[in-house]
Amino acid sequence: MNTKRETLVILDAAAIGRALTRIAHEIAERNEQSSEVALAGIPAGGDLLAERLGKILSEIWKHPVPVGSLDVSMHRDDLDRRAAPQIHPTVMPFDVNGKTVVIVDDVLFSGRTTRAAMDALNDFGRPKKIQLAVLVDRGHRELPIKADFVGKNVPTASDEKIHVHLGEKDEVVLERK
Amino acid sequence: MTWNKKHLLDIESLTADEILTVLDTARAFKAVGERAIKKVPALRGKTVVNLFVEPSTRTRISFELAEQRLSADIINFSAEASSFKKGETLKDTALNLQALNADFIVIRHSASGAPHFLARVVGAKVINAGDGAHEHPTQALLDAFTIRERKGKIAGLNVTILGDILYSRVARSNIWALMKLGATVTLCGPSTLVPETFEQMGCRVTYDVDEALRDADIIHLLRIQHERQRKTMFPGIGEYTQLFGLNKARLAKTKPDALVMHPGPINRGVEIDSEIADCERSLILEQVTNGLAVRMAVLFLLNGGKGPQEVA
Repeated sequence: MNTKRETLVILDAAAIGRALTRIAHEIAERNEQSSEVALAGIPAGGDLLAERLGKILSEIWKHPVPVGSLDVSMHRDDLDRRAAPQIHPTVMPFDVNGKTVVIVDDVLFSGRTTRAAMDALNDFGRPKKIQLAVLVDRGHRELPIKADFVGKNVPTASDEKIHVHLGEKDEVVLERK
Repeated sequence: MTWNKKHLLDIESLTADEILTVLDTARAFKAVGERAIKKVPALRGKTVVNLFVEPSTRTRISFELAEQRLSADIINFSAEASSFKKGETLKDTALNLQALNADFIVIRHSASGAPHFLARVVGAKVINAGDGAHEHPTQALLDAFTIRERKGKIAGLNVTILGDILYSRVARSNIWALMKLGATVTLCGPSTLVPETFEQMGCRVTYDVDEALRDADIIHLLRIQHERQRKTMFPGIGEYTQLFGLNKARLAKTKPDALVMHPGPINRGVEIDSEIADCERSLILEQVTNGLAVRMAVLFLLNGGKGPQEVA
């Protein structure tokens, strides 16, 4: 069988930068109490995006915005269905109680990671509100979850893959069969 | 990192990469133990049987707490209170546990190879919590974790294991783990308890305690296992303490940053001076804390299935 896969760049570095700036402004617009907002990125990927969003937001608000990193692997519902996931450190350098915590992830797909993230967050306290920001929403939800802030909506087939590269060269690539 | 093992039966059959996977995973679980809410739902709905045919306190409570922190359901089985007293074989006990749909069996047994036997007859995942004088894999993993955390590495370190090596499963598992991770291992103790055949495992054997300790980065003490000795292997406890016990004078001749470990239970005044056990160079209580994180990591990794590791 020919399994040649076609790849397509759907966001380049400049587009990722613009998407993050727009998401940051939307977060600022939605949350008037800027001192209550904190970001929690899901590694690997979401934590880097959360740091960048935090930097933009602190320039908008003129005060530092706390940014944490929230590993969700121990809260996943598919732990016995695949090899144990690599666990990343969870660092929550702020008290989540009473905060509006914006969960940041790179790709929103089934919604199961987001559900796990909300459970993981509850281990640290009771946030006042939880919001969700994602760079790419690719559809195919399996749970009643919707993002508050979306960088780009990308219609996909379920066997396609989305790769988010952040670092030396920022880009989001769609890989299709 | 990769982990495809169904059971944790020994260190001998693990690769260095697999050992490091456990240590990396344990680091995350140690952080969980420092949170306000120390429980995660990773093993929710799973049943773990702690089958301790040989008595144990610290290993058993460490496993039990690890299982509770992962939200598993737990059944405790001890030799005194079970049907072993009534003559049931290990196989029949295991099949009964299988009939209850146990997902994990943690076994401590006085017979070497009992966990391997169990893994062949039951469908559950088996964890060796110490089998005879053979292996005690989670102890070696927690020792390696403790060394790596304090020294930043294991490769290139000199580790001296001092005491009753012959009857020690802790020694065997530690030798395997440390050698695989690139440490240099020296064994020392009374010649009756440290046979030269251990050199076949790749370590060095010496009977000169000062020489064994001089270049050590880690001094790993082992308890004299009275219960496993069929005959007297040395004249007396007093003589052992004099010749091999770790006291201030001996510690003073070691590297200033050499650290002292002991799997417990310690016999104060026998293999270790009371003062040394409590000094800042002693890692004995850190080993206990780390044991919990390492056992959580082992349960978490074994709970994984066969599919791809990446998650969407």
